[in-house]
Amino acid sequence: MVAKLILRDKVYEVRPGMSLLDALKKSNIVPESVIAVRDGEMITDDEILRSGDEIKLVAVISGGSSDSHLCEAPCG
Amino acid sequence: MKCRRCENKASIHMRQHKLALCKEHYLEWIPEQTARFIKKYEMFTPDEKILVAVSGGKDSLSLWDILVRLGYQADGLYLGLGIDEGINYSHESQRLTEKFAKENNLKLHVVDIEKEYGNSIPVLADISYRGHGKPCAVCGLAKRHEMNRIARDFGYDVLATGHNLDDEAAVLFGNTLNWSSEYLIRQGPVLPGSDGLARKVKPLCRFYEREMTAYAIMRGVEYIYDECPFADGSQSIFYKETLNQLETTRPGAKLIFYLNFLEAKKSGKLFIEKNERQSQLHPCPKCGQPTSTPDFCSFCRMIEKAASEK
Repeated sequence: MVAKLILRDKVYEVRPGMSLLDALKKSNIVPESVIAVRDGEMITDDEILRSGDEIKLVAVISGGSSDSHLCEAPCG
Repeated sequence: MKCRRCENKASIHMRQHKLALCKEHYLEWIPEQTARFIKKYEMFTPDEKILVAVSGGKDSLSLWDILVRLGYQADGLYLGLGIDEGINYSHESQRLTEKFAKENNLKLHVVDIEKEYGNSIPVLADISYRGHGKPCAVCGLAKRHEMNRIARDFGYDVLATGHNLDDEAAVLFGNTLNWSSEYLIRQGPVLPGSDGLARKVKPLCRFYEREMTAYAIMRGVEYIYDECPFADGSQSIFYKETLNQLETTRPGAKLIFYLNFLEAKKSGKLFIEKNERQSQLHPCPKCGQPTSTPDFCSFCRMIEKAASEK
């Protein structure tokens, strides 16, 4: 069995038993750019992933103007 | 990992603060810190009327939620930009904003750019060529103009936007790479008001984007998850991703970058401020808002041009 990380429409499979932080790094996901949710609850990156876990990753970066100095109100 | 304030399991770990909190205490901590920043940067007082620019995104809706929880008089302003691009973006963001306002019994001004001025933002961008294929510059111009107009017309003392620290750090990074000193000198938590221009404040400017996302999720704030379709490939997203990679190996790097910039600016070590621009402003003959351009302001010129092309 595996643990799964789900970010938008991409699924990353990782071995259970590792921490969320390690799983993110192995999947080339920048930890600072996501929030992890398991069974509807947020989890911290020291959490050990279990077999069968489906971790939803919420992307935190919101879009901005290409002319950054002109964006008077953020798009998020 | 345990919550610093109680012994319950932590829901969020903020490495830059070496602080982990459970859901309950995190939802207390965010408004506490916001109140601290409002006071520190002298953003506004409890008796002032605040207009919050809300887009339906996590930051602006969370900001509005926090200000109301803190007891401030805060109304919202939503600008309908007319962006569809196959995902009904503007329609959905307006729906979520109106839903939030209704559920919380809050006053919301809605301005539809197309209804008000004859064209949506993407069409104005095409006509004016201002955005060189992307409407972001036109979007920024319209937001600035309309936020100030509504604040002025309805007697608000201050405009609040949901800029978070990642937004600020990305802008600072981009303007530093280009040494855009005119923009660097204006960047900060507060842009003072002047005749015709409302004071602008950023109460969330010291919170990471990740923290605001966590707040919205924990508070159950329903926000638009889809990106603005024109944000794809934008420089600011690239800068944010770059800074997040730095932050992963150097926790606190983004916060230090921004705070030390503010400190250096305040101490006078970076810039000598000029007052020349202020003395060159005059009211636009059409809308009355301050402008430095010789005739109509940039926004009214763009609207006139679009109308003449129809």
